[in-house]
Amino acid sequence: MPILIDKNTKVICQGITGKAGSFHSEKCLEYGTKLVGGVTPKKGGSFVGKIPVFNTVREAVQSTGATASMITVPAPFALSAILEAVDNGIRLVVCITEGIPTLDMVKAVEYAQAKGVRIIGPNCPGIITSDECKIGIMPGYIHKKGSVGVISRSGTLTYEAVWQLTSAGLGQTTCIGIGGDPVIGTGFIDLLEMFEKDASTRSVLLIGEIGGSQEEEAADFIQNKMKKKVFAFIAGITAPKDKRMGHAGAIVSGSSGSAKEKISTLEKKGITIIRDLSEIGSSVKNHVCLKTSLP
Amino acid sequence: MKLHEYHARQLLSEYGIPIPSGEVVFNSKAARTAFSRHASPNCVVKVQVLMGGRGKAGGVQKVKNPEEAGVFTDKFLGKLFSTYQSAGEGKIVKSILITEDKPIREEYYLAIVVDRAKNQPVILFSKEGGVEIEEVAAKNPSAIHKIHFSPNKLPSSEQILSSIQPLYSNSALPRQIVSITEKLAKLFLEKDASTCEINPLALVEGDRVLALDAKMVFDDNALFRHPEIQAMKDPEEEDERERKAKESGLSYVSMNGNVGCLVNGAGLAMATMDMIKLAGGEPANFLDVGGGATTAQVSEGFKIILQDPHVQAILVNIFGGIMKCDVIAEGVIQASREIKHQVPLVVRLEGTRVEEGRALLKNSNLSIISCQTIKEAAEMSVKKAKEYALAHAHSY
Repeated sequence: MPILIDKNTKVICQGITGKAGSFHSEKCLEYGTKLVGGVTPKKGGSFVGKIPVFNTVREAVQSTGATASMITVPAPFALSAILEAVDNGIRLVVCITEGIPTLDMVKAVEYAQAKGVRIIGPNCPGIITSDECKIGIMPGYIHKKGSVGVISRSGTLTYEAVWQLTSAGLGQTTCIGIGGDPVIGTGFIDLLEMFEKDASTRSVLLIGEIGGSQEEEAADFIQNKMKKKVFAFIAGITAPKDKRMGHAGAIVSGSSGSAKEKISTLEKKGITIIRDLSEIGSSVKNHVCLKTSLP
Repeated sequence: MKLHEYHARQLLSEYGIPIPSGEVVFNSKAARTAFSRHASPNCVVKVQVLMGGRGKAGGVQKVKNPEEAGVFTDKFLGKLFSTYQSAGEGKIVKSILITEDKPIREEYYLAIVVDRAKNQPVILFSKEGGVEIEEVAAKNPSAIHKIHFSPNKLPSSEQILSSIQPLYSNSALPRQIVSITEKLAKLFLEKDASTCEINPLALVEGDRVLALDAKMVFDDNALFRHPEIQAMKDPEEEDERERKAKESGLSYVSMNGNVGCLVNGAGLAMATMDMIKLAGGEPANFLDVGGGATTAQVSEGFKIILQDPHVQAILVNIFGGIMKCDVIAEGVIQASREIKHQVPLVVRLEGTRVEEGRALLKNSNLSIISCQTIKEAAEMSVKKAKEYALAHAHSY
C-alpha cells in the first residue's frame, strides 16, 4: 500500500476546461487515474474528452464520489477554489497552480488544516503512485513501480531524479512534489512519517533546495523518528544571496537557507547526501545492492 | 518587489505611523530648500537605493546647513553607489531623502514577515534595534519577541501589549509601540507585503516613538491586486537582462561566471549550475525557461545569455517530459541558427524521444556538442569555455 493515493482514488480537476487543466486531465486518465469529473463554473453539462464537467465541486462530488482534487485554476482564483474543495467533501487537494499570493496560501492552509483536509503544493508537479494513480503534470512513463519513496520541492529536477532511479532499475512507491513556494500545504516531515509507516516503501529520496529551513527540520525528524534509509540531494550550492531562483521560496536571505548549511545539517544527522546530480540513480542503487548482498 | 525608503515612508504615513518630517529631492537646489524646511536644526540626508548597508558606505549623513545638503546631493546623485551588501554591484542614485534630525534616545526593531516554518505572519520586536537583526538573532535570540497571527484576524492590542509591556517600566511607551505595530500589521495584510521592517523604531525627545527607517518588500504574486504598489516600482530594481527575461516569461539571474546555462525548471537549473561548479567552472547565470521549453523561449533565452560578454560557452540542459526531446532539439537548432552565436554550445537532452532528439542535433550541421549525461555536459562546457577564452585571448 503506497501513500496518499492509489488505484481506487477518485479525482476531479478544478479548472478542467482551461488549457493546462484539460491537457493534464486527459494525461492523468491515460495513466490510469480514476479522473471522474471536472469543475468549471458555468460549463457544467459539457465534457472534456469523456470527462463530465460540473459547475461546482459539490455537484461533482455528489455525482462521482471523488475525494481528491487537482487544481489548475489561474492564481487569482486559487484561494476560492481550494476553499470550495475543502468545504465540499474533498479530502486531498493537489494544487498545481503557480504564482498564488503568499497570504492567500496562508489562509488556505489554515482553513484546510482546521477541517482536516490535506493540501499538496501549490506550484508543484503533483503526486503519483506508480502504475496506479497520477494527480499532476509529471510525465507518467518515467515512473516505475518499486520501493523508493520520493519527496521533492521542484519539478523537472524530480523528473531527472526519478528517471535516473527508473533507468537504474529502481522503481518508486509514491512520488510527491511539495512545491516551491514559501507557504505550502504539506512539508517534508508529514510525508516522511507516512513513508516510514508504509510497508511497501523501503527507502526515501528527498530533493531539497535553497530557502527556508524545511530540510533542517526534516533532518531532525529523520534522525529521531526514522528507521528507513533516507538519501538527500540539495540544489543551489552556487545560488547567490538575496536572489530569487525561479521558485518564490528559493531564496537565500541573510545567513539562512543556503544549500551548504542544509547539506552540513543533514550530514550531521546521518543522512546520505548525494552531491553529484548525475549520481542520484547510482548512489541509491549502490546502497540497495550493498544491503541486499549482506547476509 | 522592494520599495524605496521614501515610498515606504509614504505608506507608513498613510497608515498613521509617525515618521520624522522630510521629503525626497532630485537635485541639489531642491536639497538646499528642503533643508531649510525640515532642519531641527540639522538634517539627515540619505541616498535612495534598493540595498542594505547604506550608512556604512557613507550614503547616510548628518548635514548642518543647506550648503552641506547640496554638496551631499551633488556628490551622490546620478552616480553609482554600492555597499558591502550589494556584492560589488552598483546602482545609480536617482534621489535623495532629506529628513529632520531627531536625537535618538533608544533604538528598537519592529518587523512583520511570513514565518515559513509556521505558515503564518509573525511580528518581530526587539529592544535591540538599529543593528542588523541577524546579529541580534545570532548573539541573543531571546531578545527577539515573536507574535504570530492569522491573516483573517489582526492581532489584538492586548495580545501585542502582553508581549511588549514586560520589557518596559512605564506604560506610555509600550502603548505607542503597540499602536504602531497594529498599524503595521494592517498595512502588511492589506498590501500583501512579504517584509515590513522598521529599523530603527526610535525613541526621541518628548518620549515619542518614530519610524526612522523602513524596508518593505511586497509579494510579486499579489501585485496584480495592488496597482498602487506597482506604481512605486523602480524598474532598475533588477538588472536589465533580468527584467527582459521576466517579460518573456523566463526567469533569469545574472552571475559572475563564464558558462551560460539554459535549463527547463528552477530546481534543475540550480542543480545544473552546481554541476558546472563541480566540473571546475563558474556559472554565468541562472536561467529557467519553464517546464515546457518552446522554441521561442529557448531562442529568447539564448539572446539573454549572449548579452553577457563574459559568456564563453552555453550549456543547455533540458529534461523532456511532456514536451518531447525531438521537439526541443528542433527548437534548439532553430534558435541556434537564428542567433548565429560564436560561443560553443553544449546540449544535453534527456527524457521522451531522446534518441530522436540527439540524432536531430547530430545531423543539424551546426557545431552543437551533444552529451548524454549532465556530468559529461558540464565538464564539456567548462572545457569548451576554457578553449574559447584561450582562442579569444590569442586574437588580440
